[in-house]
Amino acid sequence: MTVIQRKPVNPIAHLTAEDIAVIGKELDAIRDRVMADLGERDARYIRRLIRTQRSLELGSRAVLLFSLFPPAWIVGTAGLSVAKILENMEIGHNVLHGQWDWMRDPKIHSTTWEWDHVSPADQWKHSHNELHHRYTNVVGKDNDLGYGIMRVDEDQPWHPLHLGQPLWNLLNACFFEYGIAAYDLELGRNLKEGRHRDPEFRARARAVGRKIRRQVLKDYVLHPLLSGPSFLSTLAATFAANLVRNLWSHSVIMCGHFPEGVETFEKTSIEGESRGEWYLRQMLGSANISGSRLLHIMSGNLSHQIEHHLFPDLPSNRYREVVPEVRALFDRYGLTYTTGSLPRQVFSAWKKVIRLSLPNRRPRDRAGDRAAPALTASGA
Amino acid sequence: MTTTVPRSPAPASLRRRFLRLAAAVTTPLVPDDYLDLVAPLRAGADLRGRIVEVRPETRDAATVVIQPGRDWRGHRPGQYVRLGVDVDGVRQWRAYSVTSAPGRHHDPITITVKAIPGGLVSNHLVRHVRPGTIVQLDQAQGEFVLPATPPARVLLVTAGSGITPVMGMLRSGVLAGSDVTLVHSAPTAADVIFGAELRNLAAAGTVRLVERHTREDGQLSLADLAALVPDHRDRETWACGPVGLIDALTAHWAAAERAGRLHIERFRPTVISPGAGGTVTFGRSGVTVTADGSTPLLEVGETAGVLMPSGCRMGICYGCVLPLRQGAVRDLRNGAFTTAVPGDGVLVQTCVSAAAGPCDLDH
Repeated sequence: MTVIQRKPVNPIAHLTAEDIAVIGKELDAIRDRVMADLGERDARYIRRLIRTQRSLELGSRAVLLFSLFPPAWIVGTAGLSVAKILENMEIGHNVLHGQWDWMRDPKIHSTTWEWDHVSPADQWKHSHNELHHRYTNVVGKDNDLGYGIMRVDEDQPWHPLHLGQPLWNLLNACFFEYGIAAYDLELGRNLKEGRHRDPEFRARARAVGRKIRRQVLKDYVLHPLLSGPSFLSTLAATFAANLVRNLWSHSVIMCGHFPEGVETFEKTSIEGESRGEWYLRQMLGSANISGSRLLHIMSGNLSHQIEHHLFPDLPSNRYREVVPEVRALFDRYGLTYTTGSLPRQVFSAWKKVIRLSLPNRRPRDRAGDRAAPALTASGA
Repeated sequence: MTTTVPRSPAPASLRRRFLRLAAAVTTPLVPDDYLDLVAPLRAGADLRGRIVEVRPETRDAATVVIQPGRDWRGHRPGQYVRLGVDVDGVRQWRAYSVTSAPGRHHDPITITVKAIPGGLVSNHLVRHVRPGTIVQLDQAQGEFVLPATPPARVLLVTAGSGITPVMGMLRSGVLAGSDVTLVHSAPTAADVIFGAELRNLAAAGTVRLVERHTREDGQLSLADLAALVPDHRDRETWACGPVGLIDALTAHWAAAERAGRLHIERFRPTVISPGAGGTVTFGRSGVTVTADGSTPLLEVGETAGVLMPSGCRMGICYGCVLPLRQGAVRDLRNGAFTTAVPGDGVLVQTCVSAAAGPCDLDH
């Protein structure tokens, strides 16, 4: 029995096992068609994007050498914020997903890429690509559900500590990259379970330490030093740019799985899961952000979170193209395509974080039947 | 008497320190990532070249003029260069003989490419590539070269684009003092790459040119060769052409116990035709097993006791990719084949790929 089936309206009760299999086949067909069509124009897109991002970062850093002069501070900080957002979202996240591996360019490859982030790429790839994308929204398996510090689903047990979660969430948003690094290390759990002496954990913690040192040295020591008399203002500018990047990426990412309308699943629901059922879980467990082309690029196309979760290794510039077909599939099978504007989705996610900081208003009947099979909802 | 503590040479350590500082400023990127934006051919960069010009030679062959980066170390006549070209967004590596004579250090080089029917890279280079395009390069390599002192009597046997390394030799002028016979096969006179230039060399007495137009004269046989060049066994011989020709010559020279005098270059790489299943070699683990066409390579490796990198096991996390040194694999999700020859640098997702012929994984 899945968690979603315990809700008053089970969104997949009307689907038969054949329906789910057909949904899987149709999604495979969409993926195969786009994959076969990848070529020159996609390669041009990512190369141009990388060139733009690097030029913008370089230009902004150059302007910040004169950040003592307020207009230069504003221009440089704005430019650096955008450059850092592009680097993490549309480039880093997507390259590390292997979306551009097909180009066989060792410089734009998931195995060689390192990003402007305190979590080392290989650790993030494990916790994100492998664990989160495989176990999307499975309570107890997908740590992205609240990142282990928050309660974002009625089915997660409440603890008095959760009263503070609106505050944790705000702090996490401000220092998001550090939150991610701690999360990728499974810091809380490893410390709680006394694994701090475990050599494997220590090696990974050291790698994070090294990465933090390099990032901090660059942003808060070397670039300010290069600015000479503008030392403090450049330091402030870099801090501001990192803060903007963190707040932005946290907001976008919260919109992917936390707004009202997304479903969560029980651990046992994924045992023996078929490809169609896996797809279905991605469809129901993700939410989109509607908006302009610029918003899509700045969000790393995670505004197309549903499409991203269906096809995590499809180049991000193609998500927009497959939206009509994916939406049509949702409509045909009577499934809810959760989407909304950025302010609406951010508000919805925050509302949930605040609501769930308190225990559930209506305690649910926990004695429900547990015999029904996984996501094959019919007749459950 | 005083002793001095030996000091490390100051300039080198200063340079190293500067590079370390520069890298700390650009981390997680390296300074090269930024320099590549403006000067991809500079000294110290990964070796690249810029295509300067594409000159048609015959209806299906063209000469590509490439300005190599500053670190190009030059070539010896007859050597080839590996070229990484992006075709339809995908980097493809191929080897081509350098057809220009060795010049001064920063002179452009040329390669001459014959479009093979269905050939991805050759057709791209002959028909589509535009001047200004940046290509990846390796330093020149290959043992198909002339000795320091050229032999007095030389035989060159070539067919089709097999003329290309030999053209580099002829243009270099190294053979100026030798008695040179060139036997070259092409379908028709119009198909002879560098036809006019070769005929001019012959007219000037630099080489004795025997053109063989196979559309009329048929394939060159060993008997033909013996008739055309009676003293061929006494000549130091360089041959380049299709596998069949090279194999026949090799056998003939070996039978005459003159194998040491024959230098060969096979210009057509091993053709890989994907099938279902095959032997899988995990090179560094020293394990070779037979796999069917439906078992993921990840499982094949694990079953054979190889410690395999793995992740989601469903093709989404890219945690299991390994370099395919050579061979063919099939994507179990959509049936698409991926083939590789040494140097291609292809990484395959082992959890969703099965053997489609012999595969050699670098692991």
